[in-house]
Amino acid sequence: MTRASAPSPSPRFTSRDLALVAMFAGVVAALGLVPAFTPPGFSVPITAQSLGVMLAGAILGARRGGLALVLFLALVAVGLPLLAGGRGGLGVFAGPSVGFLIGYPVAAYVVGWLTERAGPTYKLHWGIVANFVGGVVVLYLLGIAGMAVVLGITPWAATVASWIYLPGDLVKVVVAAVVARGVHAAYPGLLGEGRAARESAEASEQQAV
Amino acid sequence: MTPLGLFLPGTSPLHRAPAGLKLLGLVAAGVVSVLLDEPWQVLVALGVVTVLYGVAGISLRVAVAQVRPLLWIALGTAVFHVLVNGPARAFVVVGVLAVLVLLAALVTLSTRTTDLVDAIVAVCRPLRRVGVDPDRVGLLLALGIRCVPVVVGLAQEVRDAQRARGLGASPRAFVVPLIVRSLRHADALGEALVARGAEDPVPDEG
Repeated sequence: MTRASAPSPSPRFTSRDLALVAMFAGVVAALGLVPAFTPPGFSVPITAQSLGVMLAGAILGARRGGLALVLFLALVAVGLPLLAGGRGGLGVFAGPSVGFLIGYPVAAYVVGWLTERAGPTYKLHWGIVANFVGGVVVLYLLGIAGMAVVLGITPWAATVASWIYLPGDLVKVVVAAVVARGVHAAYPGLLGEGRAARESAEASEQQAV
Repeated sequence: MTPLGLFLPGTSPLHRAPAGLKLLGLVAAGVVSVLLDEPWQVLVALGVVTVLYGVAGISLRVAVAQVRPLLWIALGTAVFHVLVNGPARAFVVVGVLAVLVLLAALVTLSTRTTDLVDAIVAVCRPLRRVGVDPDRVGLLLALGIRCVPVVVGLAQEVRDAQRARGLGASPRAFVVPLIVRSLRHADALGEALVARGAEDPVPDEG
């Protein structure tokens, strides 16, 4: 019940939420350490990191998943080399992949929002749809727009420069859904928490008053 | 001080300048870069960047390493612009890209991670009004910095366990246990935070 968070319209983040967000930022970083392959002629390596983006939304839901990726970007910005291939620092935000980076939290939020629409149990088919819309459609739109702006090229040219990532990302859409189903089975209750957390927060606020 | 960070210790004026000032300079450079339109202006900007790297005492090798990942995309972009807009435009676009990436990398190389964290927390202070608690932002950044090596350690354990049981490189057999362990760790972390009073109201110190 900090004074600062009281006027916020959205339910605030509890300490457990912050812990989940921080650990998941770590998971996204760890997935970036899985050996990367940079195809010649392309600036962004193919990695498991975008798998982490989809997983953040599919496992933590929209708010916490989105915040986990905001934190991940903040850690990159303060100088930790967490991006796939050991890149990091402020330089990457001036480079051509900035649109994909800004797209990470947006994509995680969209994946989480769509996943939450299906209710508290994770459904594989709906999860695949959510991962595709957030992790591919939304992410590529922002990524391609960013590339076109930074490099001064047409959106079509930027699209051509990004196609090589598509097959891998389509595989990741399915892998992320299978992984999310496994995690939700082993650790149930994460998706139904949105409403439960709001209610308990309201209850404890009333107690505090 | 963080073995994980990209910071290169030094005593140059750039190293001693406050992090907020360097970030402001970077924003200013980003604004100015939009106005660069002539090849000679870009050459001047590249000259300024070179001088700044010299002042910071950062070797040419390290400077080149900052832009090396962009080599191929820069070449492709240059070819595109030479064909569509002529060589002058190609030089301006690729030159501005190099200037901005080098400048941003220079701030990272010459500024401690902890100083940048403090700068982010300071930037968040005015956001108090819209419901962002700067102290919790600082807490979250500190937690995040700590969680990275924790999860990397968990990943090593999971990989060892996977090998011991003779499971190959199945992504599912690796990622599912990694995330479940991370979630359990987060539960313990959350309880530790509550036990240490992280949920208490923070005194407003402006």
